Amino acid sequence: MNAKDALAVVHAARDAQDVVITTMTPARDWMTMPQSSLDMVLVPSAMSHATSMGLGVALAQPDRRVIVCNGDGSMLMNLGSLVSIVSADASNVIVIVFDNGTYEVTGSQPVPGAGATDFAMIARGAGFQTVLDFDSLDAWRDGIADALNKNGPTFAVLHVEPVVGLPGPRSPGPAGDRARRFMAALQR
Amino acid sequence: MFSGDQISGLFEQLGITHVVTVPDSTVGQWQTAIEQRGNTRVVRVCREGEAWQVAAGLMLGGARPIVLIQCTGLFESGDALRNAVHDWKLPIFSMIGYRSYLNQDTLPGDTCLVFTEPVLDAWKIDYKLITSPSQFPTLAEHYETCRAANRAGAILIAEGKA
Repeated sequence: MNAKDALAVVHAARDAQDVVITTMTPARDWMTMPQSSLDMVLVPSAMSHATSMGLGVALAQPDRRVIVCNGDGSMLMNLGSLVSIVSADASNVIVIVFDNGTYEVTGSQPVPGAGATDFAMIARGAGFQTVLDFDSLDAWRDGIADALNKNGPTFAVLHVEPVVGLPGPRSPGPAGDRARRFMAALQR
Repeated sequence: MFSGDQISGLFEQLGITHVVTVPDSTVGQWQTAIEQRGNTRVVRVCREGEAWQVAAGLMLGGARPIVLIQCTGLFESGDALRNAVHDWKLPIFSMIGYRSYLNQDTLPGDTCLVFTEPVLDAWKIDYKLITSPSQFPTLAEHYETCRAANRAGAILIAEGKA
């Protein structure tokens, strides 16, 4: 599955009131699509913390869905956040991991356990209510409604092809200014 | 140093909505009282780096969180703190247990005494050190000062054991 095509499925399916947090490769690709004031492009980031920031937003805004588009390398760095999400009973969190087996933004070095780590099993073990696993774009198109609407918290892993040679994401502007705009959008 | 009732009452007074925490043997004793009072939600995370970013998300969402960790967790969480406080300009307030400050009976030569305050200085966090129960009013005063100035701040709570 092509990662950008898979991300476009998310873009098309998200509700106008949903928060979407992207980081690393998903952030780079998300910025090529039309933007919403409820998008949080987490660049710059403390690598791996999109899920943690998503948990915080979800607890503060329990009536919104918070969709976190994460990389596999980032997920590996913060696996404990999956347990924290479940522990907090954050049923409005949807974690989508784009699993390409590489640290793509640093030049496509393999992540530990590339091709062997079962993220879906890890999410089940953490206690996620709904866990989904997709190998093809067609299956993802058919399954995203489940990912967005089944009992959460929800975890979906998308097995995507690595892309070699593209640069990592660039910040779309001063983060402090974007934080203030995002906060204002969440209060509307 | 302080009882759970004192701290939970303080959080209620300050309007703290969430305490994002990894416990130690001192600050962890406050959790029950905070939950029993019911005004402030305890959010348990697995590592301290998570705490700063969960607090960042809470603040973005309109809540008023505080991070409650030990100084060892401060050491673990530097990049998450840097990103939330300095990149995203989120004035997150924290309370940090200062291991071995009052005595080193448990860990003689504890290097927390060497690194805690320089690390807070390095991360440009405006902190106050609390070494006596008589300084309880400083907690609210420093919180309100930092909040009014829209800057991150911390209270270092002197502890005597690991």
